[in-house]
Amino acid sequence: MSAALEMHGVSKTYLDGTDEVHALREVDLTVEPGRMVAVMGPSGSGKSTLLTIAGALETPTEGGVRIAGQTLAGMTRDDRARLRRRTIGYVFQDFNLLPGLTAAENVALPLELDGLAAGKARAAGLRVLDELGLADRASRFPDQLSGGERQRVAIARAVVGDRRLLLADEPTGALDSVNGEAVMRMILNACKGGVAAVVVTHDAQLASWADRVVFIRDGRLVDHTAPRPTPDTLLPR
Amino acid sequence: MSIRHALLALLSEGPKYGLQLREEFEARTGEVWPLNVGQVYTTLQRLERDSLVESDDDAEPGPQKGFRITAGGAEELAAWLRTPPDLSSPPRDELVIKVLIAVRLPGADVHEIIQVHRRHLVELMQQWTRLKEDEGDLDLGLALVVDAELYRLDSLVRWLDTADGRLKRAPAPARTAAPQIRRRTGVRR
Ligand SMILES: Nc1ncnc2c1ncn2[C@@H]1O[C@H](COP(=O)(O)OP(=O)(O)OP(=O)(O)O)[C@@H](O)[C@H]1O
Ligand SMILES: [Mg+2]
Repeated sequence: MSAALEMHGVSKTYLDGTDEVHALREVDLTVEPGRMVAVMGPSGSGKSTLLTIAGALETPTEGGVRIAGQTLAGMTRDDRARLRRRTIGYVFQDFNLLPGLTAAENVALPLELDGLAAGKARAAGLRVLDELGLADRASRFPDQLSGGERQRVAIARAVVGDRRLLLADEPTGALDSVNGEAVMRMILNACKGGVAAVVVTHDAQLASWADRVVFIRDGRLVDHTAPRPTPDTLLPR
Repeated sequence: MSIRHALLALLSEGPKYGLQLREEFEARTGEVWPLNVGQVYTTLQRLERDSLVESDDDAEPGPQKGFRITAGGAEELAAWLRTPPDLSSPPRDELVIKVLIAVRLPGADVHEIIQVHRRHLVELMQQWTRLKEDEGDLDLGLALVVDAELYRLDSLVRWLDTADGRLKRAPAPARTAAPQIRRRTGVRR
């Protein structure tokens, strides 16, 4: 099976007036299905830039990106949009829920946009909300939900349907540690179901849920953790 | 870790044998702190000497000897629970010392050294977090220990992140020249 995400020699340079901002430099990153990778780094190091390129929201200045075996370069706008709806789930830092839609409608939206009948989309949305313990919040609007609940709805929307790649930018935002942990468990469960996830965070406790943590600095991936050992090695004897 | 007070706490539930105390101690600390039988019996002897516990007079020393807490022992335990541990002076943290030395050492890449330690800490945190994955199976004592360990390691990562940022912003001379020497030679900037 092909990797869920492959980035090869990806660089991104923004023009700020006449100045060049090198947001990413020669980034190589591969994420296999079922794996969670966390990206840690200081503010301005290029974490969000990496994620938007992995999510086909931005195009790299140099280098190539493949998502679930499909090469992004040369894809039409429509194909790219379909890939974003069908294959990629994106959790934005500020949740990005539509205020005029209920929780269930927000979750069902990507499926409906993808042409699924409204009834079926809604049923699938409710199923995911139920899994995340939000069945009784389904008909509320975003401003009637707590921050933690909004975040779970955003994650429900990112995993609904048959997604292969889940991208989350600081997915626990300003949540307390209990809700933050619940969010990471949700992402982990999605991974156990075969989804690949990339989670951007500056929080080491959240990053430590990942199979692999990569460290970014000034746009470069400078280091990564060793493959995760078994927990037994910690306890005496 | 005060074995003395942990044993008093176990005895405050009712009389127990030495071997039983050891098993219960290990079970409640999530088996993170192993305890040998010798430690248990020496501690019990001292507790008895201080009249904080009593034993069955007639029984031979050994596994069949039972212990109970005294009123004095209960008081001691209650007072200990409310006494704050000494956190007033900074511990001699080896990690802090290494970074402080690296900052002054000519030719040392302090950012690279910080990253080596950051990676190691995150790898340790990954191992602890893995224990939390199956929440349902996690013993309460172990869960509390895992949380404490994660917060402790996390605070070190945060300190490294802060140090990294502070060093990046610091003007280069402040990182290499020793301040005393500058003062003595009267150089001002
Ligand atoms: N559209 C843009 N135009 C110009 N510069 C940009 C643009 N987007 C990002 N940058 C710059 O690229 C660099 C990386 O930004 P990015 O948003 O990826 O950082 P980040 O690691 O996500 O930071 P934070 O933790 O603060 O969210 C920064 O220097 C930023 O100012
Ligand atoms: Mg960002």
